[in-house]
Amino acid sequence: MAIAIVDYGMGNLHSVSKAVERLGYEAIVTGDAETILSSDGVLLPGVGAFGDAMSHLRETKLDAVVTQAAGKGLPLLGICLGMQLLFDSSEEHGRHEGLGLLPGRVERFAGDSGLKVPHMGWNRLEFLQQNHPILKGLTEGHVYFVHSYHVLTGRPGDLLAVTDYGHPVTAIVGHNNVYGMQFHPEKSGELGMALLRNFLELAVRG
Amino acid sequence: MLAKRIIPCLDVKDGRVVKGVNFVNLRDAGDPVELAALYDREGADEIVFLDISASNEGRATMIEVVRQTAGEIAIPFTVGGGISQVEDMKRILRAGADKIGINTAAVLNPELISDGARRFGSQCIVVAVDAKFNPAWGEWEVYTHGGRKATGIKALEWIKEAEARGAGEILLTSMDADGTKDGFDLPLTKAVSAAAGIPVIASGGAGKPDDFYEVFTKGAADAALAATIFHYKEIAVPDLKRDLRARGVEVR
Repeated sequence: MAIAIVDYGMGNLHSVSKAVERLGYEAIVTGDAETILSSDGVLLPGVGAFGDAMSHLRETKLDAVVTQAAGKGLPLLGICLGMQLLFDSSEEHGRHEGLGLLPGRVERFAGDSGLKVPHMGWNRLEFLQQNHPILKGLTEGHVYFVHSYHVLTGRPGDLLAVTDYGHPVTAIVGHNNVYGMQFHPEKSGELGMALLRNFLELAVRG
Repeated sequence: MLAKRIIPCLDVKDGRVVKGVNFVNLRDAGDPVELAALYDREGADEIVFLDISASNEGRATMIEVVRQTAGEIAIPFTVGGGISQVEDMKRILRAGADKIGINTAAVLNPELISDGARRFGSQCIVVAVDAKFNPAWGEWEVYTHGGRKATGIKALEWIKEAEARGAGEILLTSMDADGTKDGFDLPLTKAVSAAAGIPVIASGGAGKPDDFYEVFTKGAADAALAATIFHYKEIAVPDLKRDLRARGVEVR
């Protein structure tokens, strides 16, 4: 079982790749189209700014590869900024088009409720679809978030889990084979690893 | 709501944990990677490594420690100690650390905060502040060089500047409380928490579970850091969390 971790020059992929290996899967950090398309599952990580990330994806033509991977039914998981990139658009430093694999947009935390921005630290997940394969067998708990922007999904049924930060914040989304986690599962202790394991098991089943 | 964080701190010299660590169930209690993994399993929310190596070889060893730790633990970790350039930050972050702690170098060159935040994001930059009460001022003064040098800078002003320059968190050590085990410095922590719009990690003085309760409630700290009491098992992380949870503090 080979999991492709898309390397498009945004941030450190060491932790996420090690987490995949600890769960017993082969992790391939790669920017190669064929390697990605012949893998069993694809992780799209990301830290930094939305616009920069999309430019990098376009320059490396990996935007089309990720879209193609999703189109051929490969399990795809976007992590943190990687999840935000799956959506239509973001208002981070201007307006930017995303990959448009999931309907919705990304906007900044208002910061008017006296809550600090970025939303950084351990916050509690609330599962909205406990029987979903990504959440099965798991108990609600805390995971590690670092973000200043959050997703407003255009399709309520895609929302699998939220967290409370002044209002319900999109934490896990999923539609068919395309998933996103706003927090860092590879930095979220046992629960994070269990969520990642559930995703990887989807890849096993193909 | 965000959970309050419990952070064990490991002093590392030339790749080995110093300050006698007293764990019976570890193969090698001096191995920072193994100790970090143990704290992860016990439910620590984050780990801080303080590199006290004096040599370049020691610093190079730290990079290897960071790389191995990133492969072993599933919680964020910070590396501090002797970091004075953006290139140092880059090396450590690339090796897999989540955050960089800067102290003396930030006071000497505040641009380091702005440069680091611009390059890697504020969430990566932890400004560590060693503060001591100055009776003549009636407020706290910043010390550098491991607490040996008074700077004449007011701690609250420095913290506001650090935040304005893009610091993501403040790691606040009270030199008055450090080593006393009489509890965290509540007036200092409270004053800094009120002045800062970014999370504050309280450090120095932890001796018993109640000290953590006090610093989270009265001190308004977002996280609390300690070293010896965890290393010597005077307080176990799971017990501490159970105690805090029972008293209504949100913990993971």
